[in-house]
Amino acid sequence: MSTRPTEALDRGAAPWLFAAALATTLPHAAHQPLWLSALASALFAWAGWLWWRNERLPGSWPLALLVAVACGGVLYEFRTLFGRDAGVAMLVVFMALKLLELRSRRDATVVVTLGYFLLLTHYFYSQSIPTGLWLLAAMTLLTATLIRLHGGPLSTAGATLRYAGLLTLQAIPFMLVLYILFPRVAGPLWGLPQDAHSGRSGLSDQMTPGNIANLALSSEIAFRVRFADQAPARDKLYWRGPVLESYDGFTWKPQTGRTRPPQIEALSPPIAYETTLEPQQQRWLLALDAPGPLPPEFALSSTLTATSREPLSQRQRFALTATLDFRFNLDEDPLALRRNLALPPEGNPRTRALAESWKAADPDPARLVQKALNLFSKEKFFYTLQPPLLGEQPVDDFLFDTRRGFCEHYASAFVFLMRAAGVPARVVTGYQGGEANPVDGFVVVRQSDAHAWAEVWLARRGWTRVDPTAAVSPARVEGGIAAAMPVGEPLPAMIQLRSDWMRTLLFRWEAVNNAWNQYVLGYNPQRQRELLARLGLPDADWRNLAAALATICGALLLAVTAWTLHQRPCLDPAARLWQKALRRLARSKVNCAPWETPLTFLQRVESEQPALAPAFREVVIAYLQARYSGISDDLTTLRGALARLP
Amino acid sequence: MGFITDLKRRLFRWQSDGTAPLRLSQRRIFILPTRAGLLFATALLAMLTGAINYNLALGHALVFLLVGLALTGMVHAFRNLHGLSIAPGRCAPVFAGEVAYFPLHLASERNTPRLALELRAGDETRSVTAAVAAHGLSEVAVPVAALRRGWLDLPRTRLATTYPLGLFIAWSYLQPAMRCLIYPQPLPTPLPPPQAATRTGDHHGDGGQEDFSGFRERQPADSPRHVAWKASARDAGRRPLLVKQFAGGARTELQLDWALTPEATAPEARIAILAGWVMAAEDDGACYGLRLPGQEIAPDSGDTHRHRCLEALALFPS
Repeated sequence: MSTRPTEALDRGAAPWLFAAALATTLPHAAHQPLWLSALASALFAWAGWLWWRNERLPGSWPLALLVAVACGGVLYEFRTLFGRDAGVAMLVVFMALKLLELRSRRDATVVVTLGYFLLLTHYFYSQSIPTGLWLLAAMTLLTATLIRLHGGPLSTAGATLRYAGLLTLQAIPFMLVLYILFPRVAGPLWGLPQDAHSGRSGLSDQMTPGNIANLALSSEIAFRVRFADQAPARDKLYWRGPVLESYDGFTWKPQTGRTRPPQIEALSPPIAYETTLEPQQQRWLLALDAPGPLPPEFALSSTLTATSREPLSQRQRFALTATLDFRFNLDEDPLALRRNLALPPEGNPRTRALAESWKAADPDPARLVQKALNLFSKEKFFYTLQPPLLGEQPVDDFLFDTRRGFCEHYASAFVFLMRAAGVPARVVTGYQGGEANPVDGFVVVRQSDAHAWAEVWLARRGWTRVDPTAAVSPARVEGGIAAAMPVGEPLPAMIQLRSDWMRTLLFRWEAVNNAWNQYVLGYNPQRQRELLARLGLPDADWRNLAAALATICGALLLAVTAWTLHQRPCLDPAARLWQKALRRLARSKVNCAPWETPLTFLQRVESEQPALAPAFREVVIAYLQARYSGISDDLTTLRGALARLP
Repeated sequence: MGFITDLKRRLFRWQSDGTAPLRLSQRRIFILPTRAGLLFATALLAMLTGAINYNLALGHALVFLLVGLALTGMVHAFRNLHGLSIAPGRCAPVFAGEVAYFPLHLASERNTPRLALELRAGDETRSVTAAVAAHGLSEVAVPVAALRRGWLDLPRTRLATTYPLGLFIAWSYLQPAMRCLIYPQPLPTPLPPPQAATRTGDHHGDGGQEDFSGFRERQPADSPRHVAWKASARDAGRRPLLVKQFAGGARTELQLDWALTPEATAPEARIAILAGWVMAAEDDGACYGLRLPGQEIAPDSGDTHRHRCLEALALFPS
């Protein structure tokens, strides 16, 4: 029932297998340890060399030794042989080793199957459109390799690739149907290994000078928002992440402990929007201030941060509302207020002295806030991503000496000043602003929009947002980071684009990506239910889906079979012209019988319709010339004779 | 058991009398996954699990695309056989112990070539692979081990293909009415002494083997052994191949008689000895006749005569 294992591999198939192996492993080099890529390349080169010189493949002992070495290396590098990265590394090594063992067609089949499997592993790292296209090409190459393996040397390279392309094209309808209708299960099926979602940057739950500045260099998208109506002005868009209340002289951290629900008094009508969060390692919804009712899986903390129970490790979409003008905790818990006045017992004496002097002059909190903001805007403070290093007294150094900093420096110094002056204050981190994509209307918030601002509690106004960065660099809040940065600062290339057509191109590309994310990658069990409901299957369970799938796939299979078996006639062009001549004669009531050759038919025409005969004789001679002389493919004589036929 | 045989006969019967060409239709083509196909399916299952577990949308898409690929591969394996016409050819006799080849003529009317068609007769270990070009013809000889003398019928032959992907095997059973004559395996034995032949008339007047009388041009029917190589090679080989001609005269005639073989040996061995004599006599260019219990072949020589003798021996009832 199957190919015999002893079936030797023909020499011409090896380059196909090398190419397929290379296409499926090469992209992994980007995120694998260097030694592994070097080992795999060496094995590839060795296999290629042996093939080129037509030499014997190594025996089983050297291979076993290599496997042991590779396993040892992977174990040393990843501390495990399983899990995502270690597993991928093992697969790459096996692929390279299998090339040294290509003896029979069965070995080759194993290589191709391994290749198909390796294609999947690329999606751990990227599911973008270019990755998808590259892998489609690699899949076609693998398929062509299979065709070459089974077709033998008779199939030429071009024909093989075309055939593989045809098979892939015919497979696409099945993929679409299965993608839409295959009953989706929400993963994971079991606990994911530790490294499942590593390497994704995002806000952290604490703030030390420098970590938001690092984020600012990343043009990665944090989330996308679509407002139901007009998007609010950019300086109103504060997306709240963790609120940091405790300070140890260097790092700001969130306060844990007893919380009570926040009280929000809305001063403006709520606006509705939909946000699509990119995967992150944290749990914050990053809702627009102040959030309205939340989806059930989220809880609102006393500091107004919406937090999920599970880390948001997948791209997800939520419908939310927000109130832009609001009063927050008019009567705050005295305990919380005291918490927001706490400072480390010592350190930063000059800042403390300054705050004491301000407080002595005018203890009104609102005017103290204004004084601090005036300090930032009137004195020579600079907004920069490359602030000088701060010493043991970071706030003192920043306020009195360096005066160059990023939003976190300003927020931190401002809150320190307020607390020292007796005004309850805290640091809020999150994102600020976002860029509206004119192509699809989504507001895109990038990691570079990460921001830190402050909140002070004022009697009769509750917690009030104060953005000290806005005092230093109003452009940051109104125009985004690219507008705020002086020319020459290192910024991600994507953000730095200032020419219009480049921006338009970028917007289009991101709109396409967004559609891809929203509709293709974001197709999950819930979206499947919604779609099925819209298709008139409101509560389809897996049984209905299986029945529908079987029916549609069966119909598709029939269609593909019919299309495949259908023989497109390839009539000789001379024969087609001859048929045309016969149809002309049929109008004059002379029909060519199936057994008549052109010459015998001509004889009959001469006796039955002598008027037609001279013209028809020319046609017959030209036809016989064109069809059977084998000298020229020239049909002009035949066409001319046909035109003269009445 | 009877039911199964009946069913088999119905399923695998050759159209009409087994001599007309057969066109493979969907009723005759069977299809099943190969071992490689099962490996592929297992890999797909593992990939689907991975895609669900890591929530890879494109992983799902890849698995589904590969499912579609396997299905289209199945259709194309089917197409590789569908509509192929097979007509039986004539097979040349072979000696027992050799391999008989049953020629089949494959004809395709498809616009694309059909590659990797594997034919295997019965339980044979050897098989033959054929390919038919687009709108092409191809002759393929199915090997069958010839074990015994007599008629060898072509056993039920499996025409199978795993092209293009090797994940599915499509096959069909052929049973054309074809038989191959198997000569007995000759046992090399010294020839019996020739009898003094009495020449009757000028029956062997010309074309005999005795007195050289000149050359004539070789005709295809002449045995290569009679070619006068030296004479033909003169004039730098520009001459046609020449054959020596002999004029009449008394000839030794060999009578290869069943009775001359040792009586103590088994009948099959006696037939083998006779076959060996026939071969040796023909090699010597002798004129020989064959006498078997119940039949007699008059003395003569040449390939046709040898064939008649060997056929008689092959079909001699044991």
